[in-house]
Amino acid sequence: MILDWTTFLLLLSAATPILLAALGETIVERAGVLNLGVEGMMITGALAGFAAAHATGSPAAGFLGGAVAGAALSLIFAALTQYLLTNQVATGLALTLFGLGLTAMFGKPYEGVKAPAMPGGPLGINWVVWLGLALVPVIWLVLNRTRAGLVLRAVGENHDAAHALGYKVRGVRVAAIAIGGALAGLGGAYVSIATVLQWTEGMTAGAGWIALAIVVFAGWSPWGVLAGAWLFGGVTVLQLRLQAAGVAVPVQLLSMAPYLATILVLVVISARQKYARSASGAAPGSLGRTFHATR
Amino acid sequence: MLRLEPRTAAPWWLGLAAPVLAVLATMLAGGLLFALMGFDPVAAIRTIFWDPLFGPAAGYSRPQLLVKAGPLVLIACGLAVGFRAGIWNIGAEGQYIVGGICGAAVALAAYPAEGAWIFPAMVLAGAAGGWAWGMIPAVLRNRFGASEILVSLMLVYVAQKLAAWAAFGPMRNPEGFGMPGSRNLQQYPPAANPELIAGTGIHWGVVAAGVAVLATWLLMSRHIRGFHIRAAGMAPRAARFAGVRPEALVAFCLGLSGALAGMAGLFEAAGPGGQITDSFGSGYGFTAIIVAFLGRLHPLGILLAGLLLALTYIGGELAQLMLSLPAATVQVFQGMLLFFLLAFDTLTRFRIRWGKAA
Amino acid sequence: MTRRRLLASAAALAVLAMLPALPGTAQAQGTPIPEGEKLKVGFIYVGPVGDGGWSYQHDVGRQAIEKEFGDRVETTFIESVPEGADAERALTQLALAGNKLIFATSFGFMDAVINVAKKFPDVKFEHATGYKRADNVSTYDARFYEGRAVMGTIAGRMTKSNKIGYIGSFPIPEVVQGINSSFIHARKVNPAVEMKVVWAYTWFDPAKEADAASALIAEGVDVILQHTDSTAPMGKLQEAGGIGFGQASDMAAFKPTPRVSAIIDNWAPYYVKRVGEVLDGTWTSSATWAGIGEGEVEIGEITDAVPPEVKAEAEALRDKIGKKEYHPFTGPLKKADGSEWLADGKTATDEELSQMNFFVEGITAQMPK
Repeated sequence: MILDWTTFLLLLSAATPILLAALGETIVERAGVLNLGVEGMMITGALAGFAAAHATGSPAAGFLGGAVAGAALSLIFAALTQYLLTNQVATGLALTLFGLGLTAMFGKPYEGVKAPAMPGGPLGINWVVWLGLALVPVIWLVLNRTRAGLVLRAVGENHDAAHALGYKVRGVRVAAIAIGGALAGLGGAYVSIATVLQWTEGMTAGAGWIALAIVVFAGWSPWGVLAGAWLFGGVTVLQLRLQAAGVAVPVQLLSMAPYLATILVLVVISARQKYARSASGAAPGSLGRTFHATR
Repeated sequence: MLRLEPRTAAPWWLGLAAPVLAVLATMLAGGLLFALMGFDPVAAIRTIFWDPLFGPAAGYSRPQLLVKAGPLVLIACGLAVGFRAGIWNIGAEGQYIVGGICGAAVALAAYPAEGAWIFPAMVLAGAAGGWAWGMIPAVLRNRFGASEILVSLMLVYVAQKLAAWAAFGPMRNPEGFGMPGSRNLQQYPPAANPELIAGTGIHWGVVAAGVAVLATWLLMSRHIRGFHIRAAGMAPRAARFAGVRPEALVAFCLGLSGALAGMAGLFEAAGPGGQITDSFGSGYGFTAIIVAFLGRLHPLGILLAGLLLALTYIGGELAQLMLSLPAATVQVFQGMLLFFLLAFDTLTRFRIRWGKAA
Repeated sequence: MTRRRLLASAAALAVLAMLPALPGTAQAQGTPIPEGEKLKVGFIYVGPVGDGGWSYQHDVGRQAIEKEFGDRVETTFIESVPEGADAERALTQLALAGNKLIFATSFGFMDAVINVAKKFPDVKFEHATGYKRADNVSTYDARFYEGRAVMGTIAGRMTKSNKIGYIGSFPIPEVVQGINSSFIHARKVNPAVEMKVVWAYTWFDPAKEADAASALIAEGVDVILQHTDSTAPMGKLQEAGGIGFGQASDMAAFKPTPRVSAIIDNWAPYYVKRVGEVLDGTWTSSATWAGIGEGEVEIGEITDAVPPEVKAEAEALRDKIGKKEYHPFTGPLKKADGSEWLADGKTATDEELSQMNFFVEGITAQMPK
């Protein structure tokens, strides 16, 4: 009775913000860039989305605003890492700090205000949830079956070779970072507009970090991201439902499980690459490395 | 078109000028921000950068800079060694937490025994805990080729849950009225890490940070291992021909940075922090990554970067206190400082040129 | 991350004997502060003032001090102070800046307060929800369980499914008292009522709180009491057509439904009183555990979504508790394991309450180990 349609609906909703953010980060990482600022972009999307929805009375405008703000913040990261060649790990961490502070500062007027009502969607499922689900095959197709996807992956696998072939490594990466920012912002906006219906400082509460884990769990594949978002969302939903049904659950130990599973998945795909020479699902070759065109 | 050209030899003064310029740029941008928020920009900047050092209560805040910078410097020194070799441990936060838990576990197991062996044993346990947590990504990378960046990051989350579990479960203070959190180690003298010289803020963790700065400096500049590390970072393939075993290097760098982070966690748990709580990790491990880069991966630079960051924390509190500046504004200011420092660092590595490449 | 507000309440009383130099003599500290001289009052908060809950309510109390005493006082605060070394430094900075009365508003600041108080014997400290005191350190806390009794009564009357849910933060005495108190009073007015409990292990994580509310709703719950600080459960209740109660603050944005009433932390009366005592020179170290009667636990407006007779019943209970005519933990009561707890007519002692780690009979949920 716990594993029923209701649990599935809960899981869908709980998984949506992390799904969106993780899909975005997948594109970024497939282009060879590690952006640890997901939490900062999500919280920015949460505030901007809420503000836009509140100002216009339209949740749709809110989601758009969240995506735009997430992308705008990510461009700081893009400018620093792609043009000024700063270290991606440090810049991403700084971006999270900056985003959390910025939203806390500008969020004051929105405290205690309620979001406009969300219209329902087909099967009683919010249409942003549908959008998140639809993006999975779309991103998979773009990455694997289009020229743009091929270029993106080439840039991520080996930026020197891609550059030698005449691809614009920097341009591709900036575009990927912006898309990643937009999706993280959209995920953040989902938290404020659709889940909580209010703005509060720090409201994403670590969802951005979970999204980073999901990308690894997924082996950088959009379908894997869907599975990962459902696993991470599912463990939370399931343990809460078990508790509600009166079952005593070792909460902390259980909540470690998805992270341990992620490490296991990473080890398996890495080992497969190392010993079986199968590259599917492995980390992009240039992930996290700074690219500087020498010629 | 603006483009960057690598410097073959940077003038010596540039390494000093870049951070100074970055701080000045932050003061300008930050001052503008404060003015927009309706605060006196000069007073705000002075409160953040000047008052902790020379203000009316500087007698107290100057030693506190060491307390705050100690763990950052200790962790960052270890991280920088790995970063130089191209080995990316970004899970120092997890190693810090596990080190704290292991060290505190020794103290709690010994409680209420007396004995001079207790504190040294805790330090060893803290270092061993951090080392072990750091060796997990090392082994997984060496054995299976799994990315140490990602494994070490995942282990941070696991360590955080572990701390929560310990604080509510096995380490919970039996005399704490059912509250989570361990006994306060400050109140158990054989396990405490107190201020060594009154009024200086120096505790064993600060001493260890000082030793780590010197030791990693010597390691990098004088020892063959340091040469291997630098070689591996600059030209991995050439390093291999020079006899560097990459597996050994991975294990060394992750083990070293893990052990130092673990010690930092223990010194904090037994000293200023006092106990293991469900929120024991307070971000030192992540901030230390930024410190390592701000210090340009050089031990002396790290020392200065750690102190600078500590200054903005303490100055930020003073700004809240004296000028009612919201904590969020201070956080934005810190974010800007990091962006500027990272960006200006580029100037030391590259020359900016106009026009097309030759 | 957790919101580290933990409560030990009057565990205080039990520790009293363990601490040296206790305020049993109730000797007044210091002399009156002359007119024209300002008293500086400092606060440290564990969260941002914008959290809309715990720290926000303490800041409302701070503003009440300014309003009451005008230019006789000057208040400052430091927000988002992590527990541990940072708290000790923030408290010291406040003391060095000339604050003579300092409020530390989170359980986790306890040891830091005691350490700093030793160094500044002429500064008076007030520590919320702790149990350690000294000559210049008082503790104060609120009897939230009194308010929960009123919420439980409304919940018991309003539920149609006879299932009410409780989102707990952490399994600590304050929260356990709240669960027991609301259950006892829901059962009293509706013997068929059942209680479902979910532990969120956070004080503030909107997404998780929303999921917790959804999990309860999926179990057939139509009334939710929350002991976490975000409004996220309200959003879910609104969608599902259930009702809930504001926590810590009024959560007025969700009036008239799903928020039908609220349990509000009102620190203003205590803060104003203590500042007044410092100004008069009559402040002494004490342990205060105040409730509805003192105005510290406030019942937020009961909206029209509640039928008038239920509203009248809830308000009558509130007033009875406020006048100390009734104690929410009055026997006969048994523990969940079937053992006797309180005999008929006997009330729980503060010491028992401060260490409460069991559910009362009728609650089927298990206490986490």
